[in-house]
Amino acid sequence: MTETLDRGAGAPSTGAAAPRRRRPHRGKALAWLAVLPFFVVVGVFFFLPAGVLFFDAFRITDPDTQVTRFGLDNLEQASKGGYRTAFMGSIKLSVVTAVLGAVLGLLLAQAVVTARRGNLLRRLVLTASGVLANFGGVPLAFAFIATIGNAGVITALLKDAFGYDLGSSLYSFSGLALVYLYFLVPLMVLVIVPALDGLRPQWHEAAENLGATRWQYWRHVGGPILAPPVVGATMLLFCSAFAAFATAAAMVGSTVPLVTLQISDVLSGNVLAGQENVGKALGLGMVAVIAVVMTVYVLVQRRTSRWFR
Amino acid sequence: MSARRRPAIWRWVVLVLLGVYFLVPLVASFWFTIDDRRRGGLTGEYYTGIVGAEGFLPAFGLSMRLALLTILITLALMIPTILVVHLQLPRLRPVVELITLLPLVLPPIALVVGVGSVLRWGPNELAGTPLGDFLVGLQDENMPWILVFVYVVLALPFAYRSLDAGIRAVDLHTLVEAARNLGASWPKVVWQVVVPVLRTSVLNAAFLTLALVLGEYTIARLLIFEPFSVWIVQISGSEAQLSVSVSVLSLALTWLLLIAVSSLGGRRGREATLRSL
Repeated sequence: MTETLDRGAGAPSTGAAAPRRRRPHRGKALAWLAVLPFFVVVGVFFFLPAGVLFFDAFRITDPDTQVTRFGLDNLEQASKGGYRTAFMGSIKLSVVTAVLGAVLGLLLAQAVVTARRGNLLRRLVLTASGVLANFGGVPLAFAFIATIGNAGVITALLKDAFGYDLGSSLYSFSGLALVYLYFLVPLMVLVIVPALDGLRPQWHEAAENLGATRWQYWRHVGGPILAPPVVGATMLLFCSAFAAFATAAAMVGSTVPLVTLQISDVLSGNVLAGQENVGKALGLGMVAVIAVVMTVYVLVQRRTSRWFR
Repeated sequence: MSARRRPAIWRWVVLVLLGVYFLVPLVASFWFTIDDRRRGGLTGEYYTGIVGAEGFLPAFGLSMRLALLTILITLALMIPTILVVHLQLPRLRPVVELITLLPLVLPPIALVVGVGSVLRWGPNELAGTPLGDFLVGLQDENMPWILVFVYVVLALPFAYRSLDAGIRAVDLHTLVEAARNLGASWPKVVWQVVVPVLRTSVLNAAFLTLALVLGEYTIARLLIFEPFSVWIVQISGSEAQLSVSVSVLSLALTWLLLIAVSSLGGRRGREATLRSL
Protein backbone atom coordinates (compact mmCIF):
# COMPACT_ATOMS: atom_id res chain seq x y z
CA MET A 1 0.00 0.00 0.00
CA THR A 2 2.88 2.32 0.74
CA GLU A 3 4.05 2.47 -2.85
CA THR A 4 0.97 4.01 -4.39
CA LEU A 5 2.19 7.57 -4.07
CA ASP A 6 5.91 6.86 -3.76
CA ARG A 7 7.16 9.27 -6.38
CA GLY A 8 9.63 11.17 -4.23
CA ALA A 9 9.37 14.80 -3.19
CA GLY A 10 9.25 17.32 -5.98
CA ALA A 11 8.04 14.90 -8.61
CA PRO A 12 5.44 16.48 -10.87
CA SER A 13 2.22 15.71 -9.16
CA THR A 14 -0.09 16.18 -12.11
CA GLY A 15 -0.41 14.44 -15.44
CA ALA A 16 -2.00 11.20 -16.42
CA ALA A 17 0.94 8.82 -16.46
CA ALA A 18 3.03 9.56 -13.40
CA PRO A 19 5.90 7.08 -13.15
CA ARG A 20 5.68 4.49 -10.43
CA ARG A 21 8.64 2.38 -9.50
CA ARG A 22 7.40 -0.54 -7.49
CA ARG A 23 4.40 -2.78 -7.91
CA PRO A 24 2.10 -0.28 -9.55
CA HIS A 25 -0.65 -2.83 -10.11
CA ARG A 26 -1.70 -3.14 -6.52
CA GLY A 27 -2.14 0.61 -6.17
CA LYS A 28 -4.21 0.77 -9.32
CA ALA A 29 -6.34 -2.13 -8.19
CA LEU A 30 -6.95 -0.48 -4.84
CA ALA A 31 -7.85 2.75 -6.59
CA TRP A 32 -10.38 0.96 -8.76
CA LEU A 33 -11.77 -0.77 -5.70
CA ALA A 34 -12.29 2.63 -4.06
CA VAL A 35 -14.31 4.01 -6.98
CA LEU A 36 -16.28 0.82 -7.53
CA PRO A 37 -19.10 1.58 -5.03
CA PHE A 38 -19.69 4.93 -6.76
CA PHE A 39 -20.14 3.25 -10.13
CA VAL A 40 -22.34 0.51 -8.68
CA VAL A 41 -24.71 2.97 -6.98
CA VAL A 42 -24.89 5.25 -10.01
CA GLY A 43 -25.38 2.24 -12.26
CA VAL A 44 -28.19 0.67 -10.26
CA PHE A 45 -30.03 3.81 -9.15
CA PHE A 46 -29.48 6.10 -12.11
CA PHE A 47 -28.49 4.32 -15.32
CA LEU A 48 -30.79 1.32 -14.82
CA PRO A 49 -33.98 3.40 -14.22
CA ALA A 50 -32.98 5.85 -16.95
CA GLY A 51 -32.43 2.94 -19.34
CA VAL A 52 -35.80 1.44 -18.42
CA LEU A 53 -37.42 4.83 -19.04
CA PHE A 54 -35.94 5.06 -22.55
CA PHE A 55 -36.63 1.40 -23.35
CA ASP A 56 -40.23 1.38 -22.11
CA ALA A 57 -41.04 4.64 -23.88
CA PHE A 58 -40.94 2.59 -27.09
CA ARG A 59 -42.63 -0.53 -25.71
CA ILE A 60 -46.33 -1.14 -26.23
CA THR A 61 -48.27 -3.87 -24.47
CA ASP A 62 -51.59 -4.84 -25.98
CA PRO A 63 -54.21 -4.65 -23.18
CA ASP A 64 -56.13 -7.70 -24.46
CA THR A 65 -53.45 -10.14 -25.54
CA GLN A 66 -50.57 -8.89 -23.33
CA VAL A 67 -48.32 -9.10 -26.36
CA THR A 68 -45.43 -6.66 -26.29
CA ARG A 69 -44.02 -4.88 -29.30
CA PHE A 70 -41.90 -1.82 -30.00
CA GLY A 71 -42.98 1.30 -31.80
CA LEU A 72 -43.59 5.01 -31.60
CA ASP A 73 -47.21 4.76 -30.35
CA ASN A 74 -46.39 6.03 -26.85
CA LEU A 75 -44.48 9.00 -28.18
CA GLU A 76 -47.31 9.74 -30.57
CA GLN A 77 -49.81 9.62 -27.70
CA ALA A 78 -47.57 11.86 -25.64
CA SER A 79 -47.45 14.51 -28.34
CA LYS A 80 -51.21 14.81 -28.79
CA GLY A 81 -54.15 16.47 -27.06
CA GLY A 82 -53.78 17.21 -23.37
CA TYR A 83 -50.18 16.07 -23.27
CA ARG A 84 -49.24 18.46 -26.05
CA THR A 85 -50.97 21.31 -24.21
CA ALA A 86 -49.05 20.34 -21.07
CA PHE A 87 -45.72 20.40 -22.90
CA MET A 88 -46.53 23.81 -24.38
CA GLY A 89 -47.63 25.05 -20.96
CA SER A 90 -44.42 23.88 -19.30
CA ILE A 91 -42.21 25.36 -22.01
CA LYS A 92 -44.08 28.68 -21.96
CA LEU A 93 -43.93 28.93 -18.18
CA SER A 94 -40.22 28.04 -18.14
CA VAL A 95 -39.29 30.51 -20.88
CA VAL A 96 -41.24 33.37 -19.27
CA THR A 97 -39.89 32.72 -15.77
CA ALA A 98 -36.31 32.06 -16.96
CA VAL A 99 -36.14 35.31 -18.93
CA LEU A 100 -37.83 37.40 -16.23
CA GLY A 101 -35.75 35.72 -13.53
CA ALA A 102 -32.54 36.34 -15.46
CA VAL A 103 -33.32 40.03 -16.04
CA LEU A 104 -34.40 40.70 -12.46
CA GLY A 105 -31.57 38.64 -11.00
CA LEU A 106 -29.03 40.44 -13.18
CA LEU A 107 -30.38 43.84 -12.12
CA LEU A 108 -30.30 42.86 -8.44
CA ALA A 109 -26.80 41.42 -8.72
CA GLN A 110 -25.52 44.53 -10.51
CA ALA A 111 -27.19 46.78 -7.91
CA VAL A 112 -25.40 44.87 -5.15
CA VAL A 113 -22.02 44.50 -6.83
CA THR A 114 -21.69 48.17 -7.79
CA ALA A 115 -23.08 49.65 -4.59
CA ARG A 116 -20.61 51.93 -2.85
CA ARG A 117 -19.78 50.72 0.66
CA GLY A 118 -22.00 47.77 -0.22
CA ASN A 119 -20.25 45.12 1.82
CA LEU A 120 -23.09 44.60 4.27
CA LEU A 121 -25.69 44.79 1.50
CA ARG A 122 -23.72 42.29 -0.52
CA ARG A 123 -23.46 39.79 2.29
CA LEU A 124 -27.12 40.20 3.15
CA VAL A 125 -28.31 39.69 -0.41
CA LEU A 126 -25.96 36.75 -1.05
CA THR A 127 -26.92 34.94 2.16
CA ALA A 128 -30.61 35.53 1.51
CA SER A 129 -30.18 34.31 -2.07
CA GLY A 130 -28.45 31.17 -0.85
CA VAL A 131 -31.39 30.37 1.38
CA LEU A 132 -34.18 31.42 -0.98
CA ALA A 133 -32.71 29.60 -4.00
CA ASN A 134 -33.20 26.44 -1.92
CA PHE A 135 -36.63 27.53 -0.72
CA GLY A 136 -38.44 25.77 -3.52
CA GLY A 137 -40.96 23.06 -3.32
CA VAL A 138 -43.79 22.66 -0.91
CA PRO A 139 -43.05 25.34 1.74
CA LEU A 140 -42.80 28.00 -0.97
CA ALA A 141 -46.23 27.09 -2.29
CA PHE A 142 -47.73 27.42 1.19
CA ALA A 143 -46.03 30.74 1.84
CA PHE A 144 -47.70 32.16 -1.27
CA ILE A 145 -51.05 30.55 -0.47
CA ALA A 146 -50.90 32.23 2.95
CA THR A 147 -50.08 35.54 1.27
CA ILE A 148 -52.24 35.88 -1.82
CA GLY A 149 -54.26 32.68 -1.85
CA ASN A 150 -58.02 32.52 -1.32
CA ALA A 151 -57.70 33.13 2.43
CA GLY A 152 -54.35 34.91 2.22
CA VAL A 153 -53.29 37.84 4.36
CA ILE A 154 -52.73 40.24 1.47
CA THR A 155 -55.89 39.04 -0.26
CA ALA A 156 -57.91 39.96 2.84
CA LEU A 157 -56.05 43.26 3.21
CA LEU A 158 -56.79 44.29 -0.38
CA LYS A 159 -60.42 43.32 -0.03
CA ASP A 160 -60.91 45.24 3.22
CA ALA A 161 -58.94 48.33 2.26
CA PHE A 162 -59.69 48.77 -1.44
CA GLY A 163 -62.54 46.38 -2.13
CA TYR A 164 -60.28 44.65 -4.67
CA ASP A 165 -60.67 40.90 -4.89
CA LEU A 166 -57.64 38.89 -5.96
CA GLY A 167 -59.85 35.84 -6.09
CA SER A 168 -58.10 32.77 -7.39
CA SER A 169 -55.49 34.57 -9.46
CA LEU A 170 -52.69 32.80 -7.58
CA TYR A 171 -53.82 29.42 -8.90
CA SER A 172 -53.13 30.32 -12.53
CA PHE A 173 -50.31 30.56 -15.03
CA SER A 174 -49.21 34.03 -13.94
CA GLY A 175 -49.61 33.12 -10.27
CA LEU A 176 -47.33 30.16 -10.78
CA ALA A 177 -44.83 32.37 -12.62
CA LEU A 178 -44.83 34.81 -9.71
CA VAL A 179 -44.08 31.96 -7.31
CA TYR A 180 -41.34 30.43 -9.48
CA LEU A 181 -39.53 33.79 -9.63
CA TYR A 182 -39.19 33.60 -5.87
CA PHE A 183 -36.50 30.93 -6.19
CA LEU A 184 -35.29 31.70 -9.73
CA VAL A 185 -34.22 35.32 -9.06
CA PRO A 186 -32.00 34.31 -6.08
CA LEU A 187 -30.57 31.46 -8.16
CA MET A 188 -29.66 33.96 -10.89
CA VAL A 189 -28.01 36.25 -8.33
CA LEU A 190 -25.87 33.40 -7.00
CA VAL A 191 -24.79 32.26 -10.43
CA ILE A 192 -24.11 35.67 -11.95
CA VAL A 193 -22.40 37.58 -9.11
CA PRO A 194 -19.00 35.90 -9.78
CA ALA A 195 -19.26 36.91 -13.44
CA LEU A 196 -20.10 40.52 -12.51
CA ASP A 197 -17.18 40.52 -10.08
CA GLY A 198 -15.00 39.56 -13.03
CA LEU A 199 -15.81 42.82 -14.84
CA ARG A 200 -12.83 44.95 -13.87
CA PRO A 201 -13.45 48.61 -13.07
CA GLN A 202 -10.34 49.40 -15.11
CA TRP A 203 -12.14 48.37 -18.28
CA HIS A 204 -14.93 50.79 -17.54
CA GLU A 205 -12.42 53.53 -16.75
CA ALA A 206 -10.45 52.80 -19.91
CA ALA A 207 -13.59 53.01 -22.01
CA GLU A 208 -14.61 56.20 -20.24
CA ASN A 209 -11.18 57.77 -20.80
CA LEU A 210 -11.43 56.92 -24.48
CA GLY A 211 -14.70 58.84 -24.58
CA ALA A 212 -17.16 55.96 -24.58
CA THR A 213 -20.65 56.60 -23.31
CA ARG A 214 -22.28 54.29 -20.79
CA TRP A 215 -24.25 52.66 -23.59
CA GLN A 216 -21.14 52.16 -25.71
CA TYR A 217 -19.35 50.54 -22.79
CA TRP A 218 -22.13 48.02 -22.27
CA ARG A 219 -22.61 47.48 -26.02
CA HIS A 220 -18.95 46.80 -26.85
CA VAL A 221 -17.22 45.77 -23.62
CA GLY A 222 -19.44 44.70 -20.74
CA GLY A 223 -22.20 43.09 -22.78
CA PRO A 224 -20.06 40.72 -24.86
CA ILE A 225 -18.09 39.64 -21.80
CA LEU A 226 -21.22 38.96 -19.78
CA ALA A 227 -23.22 37.36 -22.60
CA PRO A 228 -22.02 33.74 -22.18
CA PRO A 229 -22.51 33.54 -18.41
CA VAL A 230 -25.88 35.27 -18.67
CA VAL A 231 -27.07 32.94 -21.43
CA GLY A 232 -25.80 29.95 -19.48
CA ALA A 233 -27.53 31.07 -16.30
CA THR A 234 -30.79 31.64 -18.19
CA MET A 235 -30.61 28.07 -19.50
CA LEU A 236 -30.05 26.85 -15.95
CA LEU A 237 -33.13 28.79 -14.82
CA PHE A 238 -35.13 27.30 -17.68
CA CYS A 239 -34.21 23.74 -16.72
CA SER A 240 -34.90 24.48 -13.07
CA ALA A 241 -38.39 25.80 -13.85
CA PHE A 242 -39.09 23.08 -16.40
CA ALA A 243 -38.33 20.25 -13.97
CA ALA A 244 -40.13 21.82 -10.99
CA PHE A 245 -42.99 19.72 -9.68
CA ALA A 246 -43.54 20.11 -5.95
CA THR A 247 -44.52 23.79 -5.97
CA ALA A 248 -47.02 23.33 -8.77
CA ALA A 249 -48.44 20.12 -7.32
CA ALA A 250 -48.97 21.66 -3.88
CA MET A 251 -50.41 24.87 -5.29
CA VAL A 252 -52.49 24.31 -8.38
CA GLY A 253 -53.17 20.56 -8.39
CA SER A 254 -53.72 20.16 -12.11
CA THR A 255 -55.58 23.33 -13.07
CA VAL A 256 -52.54 24.60 -14.97
CA PRO A 257 -51.41 22.19 -17.69
CA LEU A 258 -47.81 21.23 -16.96
CA VAL A 259 -45.97 18.16 -18.14
CA THR A 260 -44.67 17.26 -14.66
CA LEU A 261 -48.24 17.22 -13.34
CA GLN A 262 -49.32 15.05 -16.27
CA ILE A 263 -46.57 12.51 -15.54
CA SER A 264 -47.68 12.35 -11.92
CA ASP A 265 -51.26 11.78 -13.12
CA VAL A 266 -50.17 8.93 -15.36
CA LEU A 267 -48.14 7.37 -12.55
CA SER A 268 -51.06 7.58 -10.17
CA GLY A 269 -52.99 5.39 -12.58
CA ASN A 270 -55.19 7.92 -14.34
CA VAL A 271 -54.69 6.41 -17.79
CA LEU A 272 -56.42 3.95 -20.08
CA ALA A 273 -55.23 0.35 -20.11
CA GLY A 274 -52.34 -0.19 -22.49
CA GLN A 275 -51.11 3.36 -22.09
CA GLU A 276 -49.04 2.93 -18.93
CA ASN A 277 -45.88 3.63 -20.85
CA VAL A 278 -47.12 7.05 -21.98
CA GLY A 279 -45.65 8.37 -18.72
CA LYS A 280 -42.24 7.17 -19.85
CA ALA A 281 -42.71 8.77 -23.25
CA LEU A 282 -43.54 12.05 -21.46
CA GLY A 283 -40.38 11.66 -19.37
CA LEU A 284 -38.37 11.06 -22.52
CA GLY A 285 -39.94 14.20 -24.02
CA MET A 286 -38.76 16.23 -21.02
CA VAL A 287 -35.24 14.88 -21.44
CA ALA A 288 -35.37 15.79 -25.14
CA VAL A 289 -36.37 19.40 -24.34
CA ILE A 290 -33.55 19.71 -21.79
CA ALA A 291 -31.09 18.13 -24.24
CA VAL A 292 -31.99 20.75 -26.87
CA VAL A 293 -31.47 23.55 -24.34
CA MET A 294 -28.12 22.07 -23.28
CA THR A 295 -26.97 21.77 -26.90
CA VAL A 296 -27.82 25.39 -27.61
CA TYR A 297 -25.96 26.31 -24.43
CA VAL A 298 -22.83 24.40 -25.43
CA LEU A 299 -22.89 25.96 -28.92
CA VAL A 300 -23.27 29.47 -27.49
CA GLN A 301 -20.44 28.87 -25.01
CA ARG A 302 -18.15 27.50 -27.70
CA ARG A 303 -18.81 30.46 -30.01
CA THR A 304 -18.35 33.11 -27.38
CA SER A 305 -15.43 31.56 -25.56
CA ARG A 306 -13.28 32.43 -28.59
CA TRP A 307 -13.32 36.05 -27.47
CA PHE A 308 -11.43 35.19 -24.35
CA ARG A 309 -8.45 33.55 -26.05
CA MET B 1 -15.10 54.39 -9.10
CA SER B 2 -16.14 57.95 -9.54
CA ALA B 3 -18.10 59.58 -6.76
CA ARG B 4 -19.14 62.33 -9.16
CA ARG B 5 -21.66 60.24 -11.01
CA ARG B 6 -25.26 60.99 -10.17
CA PRO B 7 -26.71 58.69 -7.54
CA ALA B 8 -28.14 55.69 -9.34
CA ILE B 9 -31.88 55.82 -8.86
CA TRP B 10 -32.35 52.53 -10.68
CA ARG B 11 -30.39 50.77 -7.97
CA TRP B 12 -32.80 51.88 -5.26
CA VAL B 13 -35.82 51.11 -7.40
CA VAL B 14 -34.52 47.57 -7.97
CA LEU B 15 -33.57 47.02 -4.34
CA VAL B 16 -36.83 48.34 -2.93
CA LEU B 17 -39.12 46.55 -5.39
CA LEU B 18 -37.39 43.20 -5.07
CA GLY B 19 -37.05 43.69 -1.32
CA VAL B 20 -40.82 44.11 -1.08
CA TYR B 21 -41.39 41.10 -3.33
CA PHE B 22 -39.17 38.87 -1.20
CA LEU B 23 -40.23 40.14 2.22
CA VAL B 24 -44.01 40.33 1.82
CA PRO B 25 -44.63 36.56 1.50
CA LEU B 26 -42.40 35.90 4.52
CA VAL B 27 -44.08 38.49 6.71
CA ALA B 28 -47.55 37.56 5.48
CA SER B 29 -46.92 33.84 6.10
CA PHE B 30 -45.78 34.57 9.62
CA TRP B 31 -48.81 36.76 10.26
CA PHE B 32 -51.04 34.04 8.82
CA THR B 33 -49.77 31.63 11.47
CA ILE B 34 -50.05 33.90 14.52
CA ASP B 35 -53.35 35.57 13.65
CA ASP B 36 -56.16 33.90 15.59
CA ARG B 37 -59.09 33.92 13.20
CA ARG B 38 -61.60 32.37 15.55
CA ARG B 39 -61.12 34.44 18.69
CA GLY B 40 -59.20 37.43 17.37
CA GLY B 41 -55.83 38.53 18.71
CA LEU B 42 -52.64 36.58 18.39
CA THR B 43 -51.92 32.95 19.03
CA GLY B 44 -48.91 30.67 19.15
CA GLU B 45 -50.92 27.48 18.96
CA TYR B 46 -49.90 26.70 15.39
CA TYR B 47 -46.28 26.55 16.48
CA THR B 48 -46.76 24.78 19.81
CA GLY B 49 -49.14 22.34 18.13
CA ILE B 50 -46.65 21.14 15.51
CA VAL B 51 -45.00 18.41 17.55
CA GLY B 52 -48.32 17.06 18.76
CA ALA B 53 -49.92 17.14 15.33
CA GLU B 54 -51.02 13.80 14.01
CA GLY B 55 -48.38 12.14 11.88
CA PHE B 56 -45.73 14.79 12.44
CA LEU B 57 -43.30 12.75 14.50
CA PRO B 58 -43.21 9.68 12.23
CA ALA B 59 -42.88 11.88 9.13
CA PHE B 60 -40.19 14.09 10.63
CA GLY B 61 -38.34 11.08 12.02
CA LEU B 62 -38.38 9.44 8.60
CA SER B 63 -37.05 12.62 6.96
CA MET B 64 -34.25 12.88 9.52
CA ARG B 65 -33.25 9.24 9.09
CA LEU B 66 -33.29 9.65 5.31
CA ALA B 67 -31.20 12.81 5.54
CA LEU B 68 -28.61 11.28 7.85
CA LEU B 69 -28.20 8.11 5.78
CA THR B 70 -28.11 10.05 2.52
CA ILE B 71 -25.39 12.36 3.83
CA LEU B 72 -23.30 9.47 5.16
CA ILE B 73 -23.58 7.41 1.99
CA THR B 74 -22.98 10.39 -0.28
CA LEU B 75 -19.80 11.31 1.58
CA ALA B 76 -18.66 7.69 1.87
CA LEU B 77 -19.04 7.31 -1.89
CA MET B 78 -17.76 10.69 -3.02
CA ILE B 79 -14.72 11.31 -0.81
CA PRO B 80 -12.82 8.16 -1.92
CA THR B 81 -13.97 8.62 -5.52
CA ILE B 82 -12.87 12.22 -5.74
CA LEU B 83 -9.53 11.44 -4.07
CA VAL B 84 -8.84 8.59 -6.46
CA VAL B 85 -9.65 10.61 -9.57
CA HIS B 86 -7.51 13.49 -8.34
CA LEU B 87 -4.56 11.47 -7.09
CA GLN B 88 -4.44 8.14 -8.86
CA LEU B 89 -6.70 7.80 -11.86
CA PRO B 90 -6.80 11.26 -13.42
CA ARG B 91 -8.03 9.82 -16.68
CA LEU B 92 -11.23 8.83 -14.92
CA ARG B 93 -11.91 12.39 -13.83
CA PRO B 94 -13.84 13.61 -16.89
CA VAL B 95 -15.96 10.46 -16.74
CA VAL B 96 -16.88 10.97 -13.09
CA GLU B 97 -17.46 14.67 -13.74
CA LEU B 98 -19.85 13.89 -16.57
CA ILE B 99 -21.69 11.24 -14.56
CA THR B 100 -22.23 13.62 -11.68
CA LEU B 101 -23.77 16.12 -14.10
CA LEU B 102 -26.27 13.67 -15.57
CA PRO B 103 -28.80 13.75 -12.69
CA LEU B 104 -29.32 17.41 -13.59
CA VAL B 105 -30.34 16.46 -17.13
CA LEU B 106 -32.91 13.89 -16.08
CA PRO B 107 -35.66 15.66 -14.08
CA PRO B 108 -36.53 13.86 -10.80
CA ILE B 109 -40.04 13.23 -12.04
CA ALA B 110 -38.69 11.37 -15.08
CA LEU B 111 -36.18 9.45 -12.96
CA VAL B 112 -38.89 8.32 -10.57
CA VAL B 113 -40.91 6.90 -13.47
CA GLY B 114 -37.98 4.63 -14.29
CA VAL B 115 -37.31 3.81 -10.64
CA GLY B 116 -40.95 2.86 -10.18
CA SER B 117 -40.77 0.44 -13.10
CA VAL B 118 -37.62 -1.22 -11.78
CA LEU B 119 -39.15 -1.55 -8.32
CA ARG B 120 -42.22 -3.27 -9.74
CA TRP B 121 -40.00 -6.08 -11.03
CA GLY B 122 -39.57 -7.09 -7.37
CA PRO B 123 -43.06 -8.45 -6.71
CA ASN B 124 -43.69 -9.31 -10.40
CA GLU B 125 -41.09 -10.53 -12.90
CA LEU B 126 -38.43 -11.28 -10.30
CA ALA B 127 -40.71 -12.52 -7.50
CA GLY B 128 -39.03 -15.10 -5.30
CA THR B 129 -35.53 -14.55 -6.63
CA PRO B 130 -32.84 -12.96 -4.41
CA LEU B 131 -32.87 -9.91 -6.67
CA GLY B 132 -36.63 -9.68 -6.35
CA ASP B 133 -36.38 -9.87 -2.56
CA PHE B 134 -33.75 -7.15 -2.68
CA LEU B 135 -36.06 -4.87 -4.69
CA VAL B 136 -38.94 -5.53 -2.31
CA GLY B 137 -36.66 -4.93 0.69
CA LEU B 138 -35.68 -1.53 -0.71
CA GLN B 139 -39.30 -0.42 -0.42
CA ASP B 140 -39.77 -1.20 3.25
CA GLU B 141 -42.29 1.26 4.62
CA ASN B 142 -40.34 2.03 7.80
CA MET B 143 -36.95 2.34 6.16
CA PRO B 144 -37.30 3.03 2.45
CA TRP B 145 -33.69 2.50 1.32
CA ILE B 146 -34.78 3.22 -2.22
CA LEU B 147 -35.35 6.87 -1.27
CA VAL B 148 -31.90 7.03 0.33
CA PHE B 149 -30.17 5.78 -2.82
CA VAL B 150 -32.20 7.93 -5.22
CA TYR B 151 -31.45 10.95 -3.00
CA VAL B 152 -27.76 10.04 -3.11
CA VAL B 153 -27.97 10.20 -6.90
CA LEU B 154 -29.83 13.53 -6.79
CA ALA B 155 -27.23 14.95 -4.37
CA LEU B 156 -24.25 13.90 -6.53
CA PRO B 157 -24.00 17.07 -8.65
CA PHE B 158 -23.90 19.33 -5.59
CA ALA B 159 -21.72 17.08 -3.44
CA TYR B 160 -19.20 16.52 -6.23
CA ARG B 161 -18.86 20.18 -7.12
CA SER B 162 -18.55 21.21 -3.49
CA LEU B 163 -15.81 18.65 -2.75
CA ASP B 164 -14.08 19.30 -6.06
CA ALA B 165 -13.85 23.02 -5.32
CA GLY B 166 -12.32 22.20 -1.93
CA ILE B 167 -9.69 19.90 -3.44
CA ARG B 168 -8.71 22.40 -6.13
CA ALA B 169 -8.21 25.12 -3.51
CA VAL B 170 -5.32 23.28 -1.78
CA ASP B 171 -2.29 21.34 -2.94
CA LEU B 172 -3.66 18.02 -1.85
CA HIS B 173 -1.01 16.05 -3.74
CA THR B 174 1.82 17.40 -1.64
CA LEU B 175 -0.08 17.00 1.60
CA VAL B 176 -1.04 13.40 0.89
CA GLU B 177 2.45 12.50 -0.35
CA ALA B 178 3.98 14.01 2.76
CA ALA B 179 1.66 12.03 5.00
CA ARG B 180 2.29 8.82 3.07
CA ASN B 181 6.06 9.29 3.15
CA LEU B 182 5.87 9.80 6.88
CA GLY B 183 4.26 6.40 7.12
CA ALA B 184 0.58 7.22 7.56
CA SER B 185 -1.83 4.54 6.43
CA TRP B 186 -4.51 5.41 3.90
CA PRO B 187 -7.37 5.51 6.42
CA LYS B 188 -5.22 7.76 8.58
CA VAL B 189 -4.47 10.02 5.61
CA VAL B 190 -8.16 10.34 4.83
CA TRP B 191 -9.20 10.93 8.42
CA GLN B 192 -6.37 13.20 9.59
CA VAL B 193 -5.30 15.03 6.44
CA VAL B 194 -8.01 15.00 3.81
CA VAL B 195 -11.10 15.47 5.97
CA PRO B 196 -9.67 18.41 7.98
CA VAL B 197 -8.44 20.10 4.80
CA LEU B 198 -11.79 19.60 3.15
CA ARG B 199 -13.78 20.46 6.27
CA THR B 200 -15.62 23.37 4.68
CA SER B 201 -16.39 21.46 1.49
CA VAL B 202 -17.55 18.42 3.40
CA LEU B 203 -19.83 20.61 5.53
CA ASN B 204 -21.09 22.29 2.40
CA ALA B 205 -21.84 19.01 0.72
CA ALA B 206 -23.58 17.75 3.86
CA PHE B 207 -25.64 20.91 4.14
CA LEU B 208 -26.74 20.85 0.51
CA THR B 209 -27.68 17.19 0.83
CA LEU B 210 -29.63 17.89 4.00
CA ALA B 211 -31.56 20.73 2.37
CA LEU B 212 -32.28 18.54 -0.63
CA VAL B 213 -33.56 15.59 1.39
CA LEU B 214 -35.69 17.64 3.79
CA GLY B 215 -37.35 19.49 0.91
CA GLU B 216 -37.68 16.59 -1.51
CA TYR B 217 -41.27 15.88 -2.47
CA THR B 218 -41.43 14.48 -6.00
CA ILE B 219 -39.76 11.10 -5.49
CA ALA B 220 -41.30 10.41 -2.08
CA ARG B 221 -44.81 11.30 -3.18
CA LEU B 222 -44.71 9.26 -6.39
CA LEU B 223 -43.22 6.21 -4.68
CA ILE B 224 -45.94 6.67 -2.00
CA PHE B 225 -43.84 7.24 1.11
CA GLU B 226 -44.66 9.88 3.67
CA PRO B 227 -41.70 11.94 4.84
CA PHE B 228 -42.00 15.50 6.13
CA SER B 229 -42.72 17.29 2.83
CA VAL B 230 -45.46 14.86 1.80
CA TRP B 231 -46.98 15.11 5.27
CA ILE B 232 -47.27 18.92 5.01
CA VAL B 233 -49.29 18.60 1.82
CA GLN B 234 -51.46 15.89 3.38
CA ILE B 235 -52.49 18.10 6.30
CA SER B 236 -52.78 21.35 4.33
CA GLY B 237 -56.38 20.64 3.42
CA SER B 238 -57.64 20.44 6.99
CA GLU B 239 -54.94 22.41 8.84
CA ALA B 240 -54.00 25.36 6.63
CA GLN B 241 -52.32 27.39 9.38
CA LEU B 242 -50.34 24.43 10.62
CA SER B 243 -48.96 23.67 7.14
CA VAL B 244 -47.84 27.29 6.81
CA SER B 245 -46.26 27.40 10.27
CA VAL B 246 -44.27 24.26 9.45
CA SER B 247 -43.17 25.89 6.18
CA VAL B 248 -42.05 29.02 8.00
CA LEU B 249 -40.11 26.93 10.50
CA SER B 250 -38.42 24.90 7.79
CA LEU B 251 -37.25 28.12 6.13
CA ALA B 252 -35.91 29.40 9.45
CA LEU B 253 -34.13 26.10 9.98
CA THR B 254 -32.48 26.28 6.54
CA TRP B 255 -31.38 29.82 7.29
CA LEU B 256 -29.84 28.87 10.63
CA LEU B 257 -28.05 25.87 9.12
CA LEU B 258 -26.60 27.99 6.34
CA ILE B 259 -25.35 30.59 8.78
CA ALA B 260 -23.91 27.88 11.03
CA VAL B 261 -22.08 26.22 8.13
CA SER B 262 -20.68 29.48 6.81
CA SER B 263 -19.49 30.69 10.22
CA LEU B 264 -17.75 27.36 10.83
CA GLY B 265 -16.04 27.65 7.51
CA GLY B 266 -14.83 31.21 8.01
CA ARG B 267 -14.86 33.99 5.44
CA ARG B 268 -13.54 32.08 2.47
CA GLY B 269 -15.87 29.26 3.31
CA ARG B 270 -18.85 31.56 3.31
CA GLU B 271 -18.23 32.79 -0.21
CA ALA B 272 -17.68 29.20 -1.32
CA THR B 273 -20.87 28.07 0.39
CA LEU B 274 -22.88 30.68 -1.42
CA ARG B 275 -21.26 29.97 -4.75
CA SER B 276 -21.83 26.26 -4.57
CA LEU B 277 -25.46 26.83 -3.68
